[in-house]
Amino acid sequence: MSLLALILLPFLTAIVLMAVRRASRGVHMAIAAIGSAGGLGVLLSQASAVLSGHIPRTTVAWLPTLGLDFSLWLDPLALLFAGLILGIGLLVVVYAQGYLAKDESTARFLSFLMLFQGAMVGIALSSNVLLMLVFWELTSLASFLLIGFWRDRAEARQGARMALSITGGGGLALIAGMLLLGKAAGSYDLVTILSRGDLVQASPLYPAILVLILAGAFTKSAQFPFHFWLPHAMAAPTPVSAYLHSATMVKAGVFLLARLWPVLAGTDWWFGIVAPVGLVTMLFGAGVALFRHDLKAILAYSTISQLGLMVMLLGFGTGAAVAAAIFHIMNHAAFKAALFMHAGIVNHETGTRDIRRLGGLAAIMPLTATLGVLAAAAMAGLPPLGGFISKEMMLERSAETAWAGRALLVPVLATIAAMLSAGYSLRYAVALHLGARKTGEVATPHDPGAILLGPPAVLVGFALALGLLPMTLAAPLVAAASEAVTGDGRPDLHLALWHGINPALAMSLGAVAIAILLLWRYPALERAVARLPSPDAKHLFDGGMTAIVEGLRRLSDLLHVASLQRYLAVLFVVVMTLGMEAGWRFGVAAGSRPTTPASPVAVVAWAVMVVATGAVLAADRRRYLALIFISVIGLVMALAFVHLSAPDLALTQIAVEVVTILLMLLALHLLPGRPPRLSGATRRLRDGAIAVAGGAGTGWLAWTIMTRPEREGVSRFHWENSYAGGGGTNVVNVTLVDFRAFDTLGEIIVLGIAGLAIYALLQPAARGVAGRRLRAWRSDDRHSPERHPMMFVMATRLLLPLALLVGSYIFLRGHNQPGGGFIAALVFSIAILLQYLASGFDWTDERRKFGEHGLIGAGVLIAVATGAGALLFGAPFLSSSFDHFHLPLIGEFELATAMLFDLGVACVVVGAVMMALAQLAHVAQRAARHDEEDAA
Amino acid sequence: MSLEFLVASAIATLVAGGIYLALRARTFQVVLGLTLLSYAVNLFLFAVGRLVVDRPPLWSKDVTHHADPLPQALVLTAIVITFGMTALTVILSLRSFLESGSDQVDGRAGRDGDEAA
Repeated sequence: MSLLALILLPFLTAIVLMAVRRASRGVHMAIAAIGSAGGLGVLLSQASAVLSGHIPRTTVAWLPTLGLDFSLWLDPLALLFAGLILGIGLLVVVYAQGYLAKDESTARFLSFLMLFQGAMVGIALSSNVLLMLVFWELTSLASFLLIGFWRDRAEARQGARMALSITGGGGLALIAGMLLLGKAAGSYDLVTILSRGDLVQASPLYPAILVLILAGAFTKSAQFPFHFWLPHAMAAPTPVSAYLHSATMVKAGVFLLARLWPVLAGTDWWFGIVAPVGLVTMLFGAGVALFRHDLKAILAYSTISQLGLMVMLLGFGTGAAVAAAIFHIMNHAAFKAALFMHAGIVNHETGTRDIRRLGGLAAIMPLTATLGVLAAAAMAGLPPLGGFISKEMMLERSAETAWAGRALLVPVLATIAAMLSAGYSLRYAVALHLGARKTGEVATPHDPGAILLGPPAVLVGFALALGLLPMTLAAPLVAAASEAVTGDGRPDLHLALWHGINPALAMSLGAVAIAILLLWRYPALERAVARLPSPDAKHLFDGGMTAIVEGLRRLSDLLHVASLQRYLAVLFVVVMTLGMEAGWRFGVAAGSRPTTPASPVAVVAWAVMVVATGAVLAADRRRYLALIFISVIGLVMALAFVHLSAPDLALTQIAVEVVTILLMLLALHLLPGRPPRLSGATRRLRDGAIAVAGGAGTGWLAWTIMTRPEREGVSRFHWENSYAGGGGTNVVNVTLVDFRAFDTLGEIIVLGIAGLAIYALLQPAARGVAGRRLRAWRSDDRHSPERHPMMFVMATRLLLPLALLVGSYIFLRGHNQPGGGFIAALVFSIAILLQYLASGFDWTDERRKFGEHGLIGAGVLIAVATGAGALLFGAPFLSSSFDHFHLPLIGEFELATAMLFDLGVACVVVGAVMMALAQLAHVAQRAARHDEEDAA
Repeated sequence: MSLEFLVASAIATLVAGGIYLALRARTFQVVLGLTLLSYAVNLFLFAVGRLVVDRPPLWSKDVTHHADPLPQALVLTAIVITFGMTALTVILSLRSFLESGSDQVDGRAGRDGDEAA
C-alpha cells in the first residue's frame, strides 16, 4: 500500500499544482515540497525493514494476459535510488523557488518536475519490466518538457528535441530488448527474470537482448557515442540540470544495468561491450570537460565521464566493482547536484557562466565559494570527501582488471581519466574562486539568501559526511544494494579514507600531481588542443535529421503524386488481385439452386439498363446527357426492387434518385460544361481492361452466390420476432428501427456529419478565389428565358401540402407496411426542394421556419433520447416498447417507441438533404451578395 | 434466361462502367463512376439474400415463403448513405474546382488547368 502511495504522490502533486496554478509561488513551492517530503517520509519509514531483509511488494493486476501487472517492490537498490530521487527532488524544489524569475510559471515548472519524479520513482520501484518501460518513456517525455521549459529559446527547443530523439530512440530499442528478455525468461516479472539468468544467457536471443537493452541504457546514461545530447540538455533551467541531468535521470541507465546485472552480466559479451564503452566514455568526457569554458558544459561533460566510470565498474562484472559503482552513485549525486546549484548561483549573481570571465569570487561570495570548492574537491577525488573513497575503489578495481591479456592497459587508462577529472575539478575550483577579480560581471555579486545556498549546503555536507563517516552512513546501504544487484550474499565492505599504501593510492597521488602540472601549463595545452580536429556532434546530428526528413519527403513525393486516377487504379488492381488470389485458393463455383425464369418485361428492363450504362460511357463529356442516362439506370433499379419483393427499397431508391439527380444538376450548373478529353487511347484501353476484369469478377461472384442454396442465418430471427417482439409486420422497418437501431443511429450520425461537412465546404466558398470565380459565372438562360414559369410555380405550391400528406402517411404506416422514416424524409425533402426550384431561393427561404443545422441536431437528439429512455426502465440502450390503444372513431391502433426513433431518423435525413441542396443552390447567390457588401 | 443471370450481368455491366468512369481524369466523371459503382454494390448486397419474386418481407402468420428482410434493411441504409457520400463528393469537387479553376484529378491540373476552366 505504501508503495502505491510512493508512486502516486508525485503525480497527484503535479495535478494539484496545475489545479492551483494561479496561486502564489510560495504556495506552489509548499505543495511540491510537501509532496516530495511526504514521499521521502514514506520511504524512510520502510528503510530499516528493507535493510534487514523484509522487502515490501504490491501487485495490482493490470493486463495479466499480456504479462503486464502493476507490481512494485522496494529492495535495497530501489530504496537507494528512490531515496536519491526524492531527497534531491526536495532540495531542487526549494532551490528552484529562489532560481526562477518572478514572472515564470512555477506551477508549470514544478508540475513537470513532479511528473518526472513520479516517473523516476516508478522506474526504481517497478518489479515488472513492462511497467518499468512505461515509466522509462515517461522520464524521456518529462525531460523533454523540462529541457524545453524556456520554450521561447531556440536552443532550449533544439536541445529538448535532440534529447528526446536520442533517449526516445534508445527507449524503442529497450522495448524490443525487454520483450525479447521476457520471451527468453518466460516471464515479465522482474523477480522471476532475475532468478533465470542461466536460461537467458543460454538462449540464442541473448546477444540481441543484451545489445538492445544496452542501447536503451547507454542512450539514457549518455555513454559514448550517444553522449552528445547531454551538453545540449543544459539549455534547461539549472535546477533541471542538477536534478535530471546529473543526479537522477541519466543514472537510470546505470540503474538498469545494475538491476539486470544477474541476468545479463558475467559473460564475455557483457565484459566486451560494457567495460570498454564505460572506459572510453570516462576518458572522453573528462578530456572534453577540461577544455570547456561554460560552467554548465564543464559539469555536463564531467557528468558524462562520471557516468562512464559507473558503467565501466558494472562492466567489470565482479561484486566488489558493483559495490564501488553503487557507492559512487551516491557520491556523484551529492557533489554533482551541489556543483550545478553552485554554477546556477554564480550565473545568477554574476550574469555569466564563462569561466574565463570569472575569478576571485572567494573574496566576495565566501559561502558560495566554500561550497563550490568542497564539491569540486569531491569531484576531483580528494580526501576527506566521499568522492575520494569511491575513486580509490574504482582505481583498485581497475588495477585488478586485465584486458585481453594486458595487465596494464585498464589501470593506466583509468589513471589518466582520474588525472583529467582532477584537472577539470581543480580548474573549476581554482579559476573561479581564486586569483584576481575580472570584469566580466554585469552586477555586483554577493552571497545569495538561504533559499539558494541551503540546498547545495545540505548536499556538500552529505558529500563530506560520506567521506568522514562512511561506515555509519553508507556501508549498510551500499552492502545491501550490492547484494540486491549481484544476488550472491552481502559483501563485507570496508569503507575508509585510509587504506594503507596500495597501488590505488599511488595511482591517485600520481593523477593529482600530474593534474596540477597540467593546470600550471594550461594555456599552452589549450592552444595545442584547439588545433585538434573536433567533429561537432550537434552539426552531425542536425545533418542526419535533415537527411532523414529529406529522404522521407522524397519518398512521400514519390507516393503522393496527387493523381486520384493513379490511386484508384492501384486500389482497383490490388483489390482484384486479392480477390482473384482468394478465388484461386478456395474456388468460386456456381451452386445448384434452381434459377428463376425471367419474364419478358424483366429482359426488356435489363436491356434498357445495359444500353443506358453504355450511353453514360459514350456521353461522358456531354454531361447533362450522361446525367439523364444515369437517372434511367436508377429507375430500372427501382423497378427491379419492386419486382424482386423489395418495396421499401424501391421507394427509397426512387426518392433518392430524384434528390441525387437534382444535386448533380445544381453542381453541373457551376462546373465546366463540355471539357476536352484528357486521356489518350492507351490509357483508355488500359482502364477498359481493368474495368472489364473488375466487372466480370464481380458478376461471377454475384452469380455464384445467387445460384447457391440459401442458408438459415440470422434472418430467421428477424422474421420470427418482428411482430412478436418488435410490434411491426414490415420486417425491414422493424430491423432498421428496432433490431439494428444502433446501426441506424450510427448511420444518421454519419449522414448528419456529411451534411455539416458540406456546409463547411460551401460556407467559405463565397470568399477569396472561389468567390471571384463564382461571381464571374453567368447563368445560361438561353433555353429558359423565364426564371420562374407560372405553371410550374402554381403546380408545386398546390403539390406541397399533398406531398407532405403523402410523406406523413408513409411515415405513419412504416412499421407495418412499406414506408418509414427514411422514405418519408426523402418525400418531405423533395416537396420542399420543388419550392426552391419553382419559386426561387429567396421566396422559399423566407417562408421556411426551420434550419438544417437544427434539424440534424434535433434528429440525433431525439433518436438518442429515445434510446436512452429505455435505460430508465432498466432495459438496454435502444430497446423498444409498444402497445395497442383504442380511440373512438379511429379504432384500434398501435404505438411503438420505435416510431419516435424513426422520427429522429427522418429529421436527420431531411436536414442533411436540405443542407446539401440548399447550400449548393445558395452558394452562387451568396457570392454575389458578398460582392455587394464589399462594394457598399 | 434466368433472373439470376440478368442480375449478375447487370452487376457486371455497372461495375465495369463504374470502374472505367472512376478512372477518368475529371471530377464529374469520377462522381458518375462512383454512382454506377454504388448501384452495383447495392444490387450485389441485395442479391446476397437471393432473388424472390412477389413475396415481400411483410410478416403474417400464414406466410412461410418470403424475401430475406435483412439484406433489404442493409441496402436501404446503404442507399441513403450513398446519397450522403455522393453529395459530399460532388460538393468537394465543386469546391476544389472553384478554388483551383480546374476539375482535373490526374495530378496535372497545374499545367493545363486553365484551358479547361
